[in-house]
Amino acid sequence: MLTRRVIACLDVRNGRVVKGVQFVDIVDAGDPAELARRHAEAGADEIVLLDITATHEGRATLLETVRRAAEQLFIPFTVGGGIRTLQDASAVFEAGADKVSLNSAALQNPELISEIGAEYGAQAVVVAIDARRDAAAQDPVRSARVFTHGGRRDAGLGVIEWAREAAQRGAGEILLTSMDADGTRAGFDCALTAAVSRAVNIPVIASGGAGSVEHFAEVFTSGCADAALAASIFHFGISSARVLKEQLAVQKIPVRLPC
Amino acid sequence: MVTVVDYKAGNLTSVMKALRFLGAEVCVATQADELERATRIVLPGVGHFAATVRLDRSGMTAAIRGAIARGVPFLGICVGMQWLYAGSTEAPEQPGMGYFTEQVTRFPDGAEDGAEKVPHVGWNQLELLRATPLLKGVESGDFAYFTHAWRADVSQETIVTTQYMGQFSAACQRGNVCGVQFHPEKSGATGLKILRNFLEMAAC
Repeated sequence: MLTRRVIACLDVRNGRVVKGVQFVDIVDAGDPAELARRHAEAGADEIVLLDITATHEGRATLLETVRRAAEQLFIPFTVGGGIRTLQDASAVFEAGADKVSLNSAALQNPELISEIGAEYGAQAVVVAIDARRDAAAQDPVRSARVFTHGGRRDAGLGVIEWAREAAQRGAGEILLTSMDADGTRAGFDCALTAAVSRAVNIPVIASGGAGSVEHFAEVFTSGCADAALAASIFHFGISSARVLKEQLAVQKIPVRLPC
Repeated sequence: MVTVVDYKAGNLTSVMKALRFLGAEVCVATQADELERATRIVLPGVGHFAATVRLDRSGMTAAIRGAIARGVPFLGICVGMQWLYAGSTEAPEQPGMGYFTEQVTRFPDGAEDGAEKVPHVGWNQLELLRATPLLKGVESGDFAYFTHAWRADVSQETIVTTQYMGQFSAACQRGNVCGVQFHPEKSGATGLKILRNFLEMAAC
């Protein structure tokens, strides 16, 4: 049976993990390569590395980081942040990424989705959407808007509309982050995730708001998520993806176990 | 030495990295003559079936046929497995290598409510039909990572099946020719076992 994926996310800046997991016995908690490996060993189904480095020097560091992280990583590995051109994507793939995550670059130049897809396959292109409910609208979920710049700027289009377009242009997956839920630890935006998941025929990865095992159970059932992203949750009582999945399995959610 | 065929269909890095991690010496072939002395061949593929036209045009299809006839162990991954069949509805004008006679077809369009999506992406379970050396140490119920929208039906060369909108052929083998629909280079310990088994497979 196809399982629901638990994806470990590393936020990286200038080659160091800025938040995320701190394994008890780890030598260097800030090294993304080591953390990626630890997550894989601890049962994560996939690793996402999101780079928030803006500088040119930082980009070179990123490629080196990706190379080192990918070295002994034999599960899917997605890299996002600052990928604006096919050349940027190629460099990241050559460094060992399996997928790239596109956010604002895809909004500015939607053709980038098909351009990268044509070269590396649709499965290699993840379109990341930062979404915010429109509280003033009659249906705040279906009227949710796409935001950029960390949720500060309205991109001028609807989440469902953009998800559909991204899928039509050949995106392999959608990474949907709820800006409303992000950082709250109060649960994923299940209604929004379900609306997007039903609107497209490609997998939807839920992100933002994870705080408990129950939140994952909810987003995999009522939220219709195909996968869910976990970053800071491992700080708060759930020690690893394996432990999380063991608890999901008790609730009859299909997960990859043993892992 | 294992020769990885490059026909500009996606990214070879992950496959090569996994083979090297297992201690294999890896080289890349981009033209037919580089396959003449190959002793073990891997054909990856993550793109569109139409990209396999480059194998025909470069003469590599004929070279691979020759290598297979010499008994060289061959492993096709994803589109590389699909290419072993007569063809795929993804690119009806482009024939496959035809080692197996069946056609590769697309999963039916998913349910309206998004319950079953196409492509089939993620970790799914393997059901072993036959114990071949390629599968040494692998058990039914083990997981592998899939990402594909086309698949081959179960037929007599199927050695592993997987369940998604019905059963399909997750791995196939006849003699020295093997194919896997999943990505062993991305399937953790199970995938590495399969690649190691392939590297140890005797020529026949």
